[in-house]
Amino acid sequence: MSVRRLAPKEIQPEGFAFTPENTAWAERIIAKYPEGRQASAVISLLWKAQEQGGGWVSEPAIRTIADLLKMPYIRVLEVATFYTMFNLQPVGRYFIQFCGTTPCRLRGAQDIQDVLEQRVGHQGHVTEDGLFSWLEVECLGACCNAPMVQINNDYYEDLTPESFNKLLDDLAAGRPVKPGPQNGRVASEPLNAINTLLEPSLYDGSVVGSWRKRFEEEEARARAEAAAKAAEEKAAAEKAALAAREAAVPEPAKPATTRAGEQVADTPAHRVAEGKEPIKPESQQAAAPDTAPKAADRAADDKTKG
Amino acid sequence: MAKLIVDGKEIDVPAEYTLLQACEAAGAEVPRFCFHERLSIAGNCRMCLVEVKGGPPKPTASCAMNVRDLRPGPNGEPPVVLTGSPMVKKAREGVMEFLLINHPLDCPICDQGGECDLQDQAMAYGVDSSRFAENKRAVENKYIGPLVRTSMNRCIHCTRCVRFVTEVAGVPDLGAIGRGEDMEITTYLESAMRSELQGNVIDLCPVGALTSKPYMFKARPWELLKTESIDVMDALGSSIRVDARGREVMRVMPRVNEAINEEWISDKTRFIWDGLKTQRLDQPYVRDNGRLRPATWQEAFARVAEKVKAAAADRIGAIVGDLAAAEESFALKSLLQRLGSPNIDGRQDGTVLDPILGRASYIFNATIAGVHEADAVLLVGTNPRREAAVLNARLRERWRGGNLSVGVIGEPVDLTYTHTYLGAGPETLAAVADGTHSFAEVLKNAEKPLVVVGQGALTRPDGLGVLSLAARAALAAGAVKDGWNGFSVLHTAAARVGSLDLGLVPGEGGLDAAHQAAGGVDVLFLLGADEIKVADGPFVVYIGTHGDQGAHRADVILPGATYTEKSGIYVNTEGRAQIANRAVFPPGQAREDWAIIRALSDVLGHRLPFDNIAQLRQSLFVSHPHLARIDAVEPADPVAIERLAALGGAVERAGFESPVTDFYLTNPIARASAIMAECSALALGVTRQAAE
Repeated sequence: MSVRRLAPKEIQPEGFAFTPENTAWAERIIAKYPEGRQASAVISLLWKAQEQGGGWVSEPAIRTIADLLKMPYIRVLEVATFYTMFNLQPVGRYFIQFCGTTPCRLRGAQDIQDVLEQRVGHQGHVTEDGLFSWLEVECLGACCNAPMVQINNDYYEDLTPESFNKLLDDLAAGRPVKPGPQNGRVASEPLNAINTLLEPSLYDGSVVGSWRKRFEEEEARARAEAAAKAAEEKAAAEKAALAAREAAVPEPAKPATTRAGEQVADTPAHRVAEGKEPIKPESQQAAAPDTAPKAADRAADDKTKG
Repeated sequence: MAKLIVDGKEIDVPAEYTLLQACEAAGAEVPRFCFHERLSIAGNCRMCLVEVKGGPPKPTASCAMNVRDLRPGPNGEPPVVLTGSPMVKKAREGVMEFLLINHPLDCPICDQGGECDLQDQAMAYGVDSSRFAENKRAVENKYIGPLVRTSMNRCIHCTRCVRFVTEVAGVPDLGAIGRGEDMEITTYLESAMRSELQGNVIDLCPVGALTSKPYMFKARPWELLKTESIDVMDALGSSIRVDARGREVMRVMPRVNEAINEEWISDKTRFIWDGLKTQRLDQPYVRDNGRLRPATWQEAFARVAEKVKAAAADRIGAIVGDLAAAEESFALKSLLQRLGSPNIDGRQDGTVLDPILGRASYIFNATIAGVHEADAVLLVGTNPRREAAVLNARLRERWRGGNLSVGVIGEPVDLTYTHTYLGAGPETLAAVADGTHSFAEVLKNAEKPLVVVGQGALTRPDGLGVLSLAARAALAAGAVKDGWNGFSVLHTAAARVGSLDLGLVPGEGGLDAAHQAAGGVDVLFLLGADEIKVADGPFVVYIGTHGDQGAHRADVILPGATYTEKSGIYVNTEGRAQIANRAVFPPGQAREDWAIIRALSDVLGHRLPFDNIAQLRQSLFVSHPHLARIDAVEPADPVAIERLAALGGAVERAGFESPVTDFYLTNPIARASAIMAECSALALGVTRQAAE
């Protein structure tokens, strides 16, 4: 980072005005923001002005945008000088942003920089023919294809001094160039020896859907296990019930629901609510002659309550 | 209200307080650079770090944290703030070390030395050395106008100046370009700032990055004699401090006065001081054969006595100028009374205001601080930005608070806040008064409407009609009621309200200023009256300070004292009597004006009954007791406004024009000032060159 200044007066254009289509575009952008917040469009407009102005933001452009957004000039200047992607000095037709951050450096960015310094000159310098200028920037996020440069809107990756020289030659001659890796590989695929993902089954279709199959199998297995366990538990419970009956331990009339909050399902009130017949004392007597309340006890009980 | 514990002391403060305010309320001192009570909070200097228990385990910027955002302890105990803990101490030392990394060690050649926040706080909260061995940053100096000198190496990026010009002054010329270490404060392409309050950034700057250009390398703060006084450049009577060394005024600084100027002053107030030394009248002159020649006091007095004795009583007149204190006005009035002349006028601009209409008809009844309460403002024939820049800043502050509609009748001007332009002249005012204008509804719906009438509406032949119309508009809007009097007259001259309070208007059969100047009298005393053209004919005795228009026309010049050279009572536009103190002595043979009049009265054979200023004030207070109540506003009876409204009167069609066409050159002192001349030229766009 260094102090960023507007270009000297001599090279500033006379004036700046958005083209009709850019004006329409700008109006659409400005309309996105609520009344009184039009200044929010300043970055979009500066970006458009840079695009229209040949890759850099001129002083008249700053004033034009400020007038358009009803901002003080200094406010727009603040934004334009804050963001380093706004070029304040003229750039070449092919503006090369050269990545000089660690991964690229490790992969030979210094050689690319040497090419730039030889062919184009120092940073920020525009070649005589107006074609090239370059700037070292921080990581552009294409480390897997290091070293790389960005020329205008496209990435050119996997550069060597030779391929980069050729790229610049092609650009200078107006020949078509291919963005992306310059060493023949596609995107960030492996370049030569393939060391990973070598299993043939990965590629014969046999593993397509294999993950689902595995999941289904696991699910089925889990289900079978659960069923087996449930059957086992049921058998154990039956066995226990049988043993209990054999032991003839007197059972309480109420279900043994002891856990707090658990509702006792079989009370006279529940039976009524569910539309069932209430249990008559006679049947209670028949079911458990030892523990069922006797008619005489019940009468005595009613008396004490009453 | 919220409870919190600051350094072990439990206090109860409003929840919207910042921690910094709460700490101050608890008596703890918190250093700061970017925080300023009257500006928005930036929180970028980090000097005000404190430790907050229960907060994140790191120091907190106390200026940017609200009390209401603090968390109580686990058992509901109040939050705890520490301003003296080891963590805070370490944090402050660290911040100070960072600030000093790029700050040059040029205190010995820095104008801020001795009154520098960074210097003081480095002494109080810093450490004695730096661990930084690299090169310091170097920043180019910027041209931002003829008043403010920049030394940008010293800037610590507090952005107080940017916030001031954007928020208070309302002329957002300053900005911070670049970022990080490379951030630089500048104006757009280094053009001059256009605010008339820009000098305040010098006071706001906590370091020596922005210093006064005219005062550059002139003096050190500790060698200056500081005198608290009152400004006379406009009718607000801003509180100032006059810093003098020996017999020379070195600079003028603002004092805090919440009722008037808060802590701002206009550039005219601040930078006028070089005009106090140039073009001065330092000895008496008399005109012989059409040429002024230096004379002795005796000669001059003898010449005046000769002419006065030869003239009939009603052919003697006096015009009191814009900078006269109440004492000399009173002395001159007493002298005229003794001479038997009714011809005295303290309204050289020809304003129609008259004490006979009642005091409420000529003061700023709402008071300057009352502007904060207003919710609708009608400006009639005034441009407060030029006539009372500090009041305009107040109006802007009120406008920033929201819910304020401002209507302007007069010239379409940029007031730095949004307003509705209603029209140019009396017709629009009549429409508002009659309720036919849409703005009348706005005023009527307002709780506390404020009608400000400027001299642009009153210094016209139909001024009385306009004044009456304005009173009617104020009454129709309900601006005059219990607890609120929104009918306010904004003056442009510091002496005017005092003159009107003293009754400096023509007596029975007397001539007003315009008639006197046109030749209605044979002997004419001008007490610092320079803004009126005197026709050939009258014998002019000029009592004043500067070789301006009045002195050029004079037949006898009696050199007087400026506002920094005498003790005098001035009544500001809201009717507040304030006392200006003497900072230095008048130059050469010049004397205090009241003493000149007293001496002259002796020669004329009508000796005035006071020998010193105390006796003069005694008799002044006997006849005008409210002048004795210094710093208090004497409220006026609003009945006068109803009478005024009933007065009626014809009005013309011509639009109102502010009498202050050039903010920087409104009085003889300002016209003698080279700095003001440069500012004026710059404002008019004549020249745009970098001084220095």
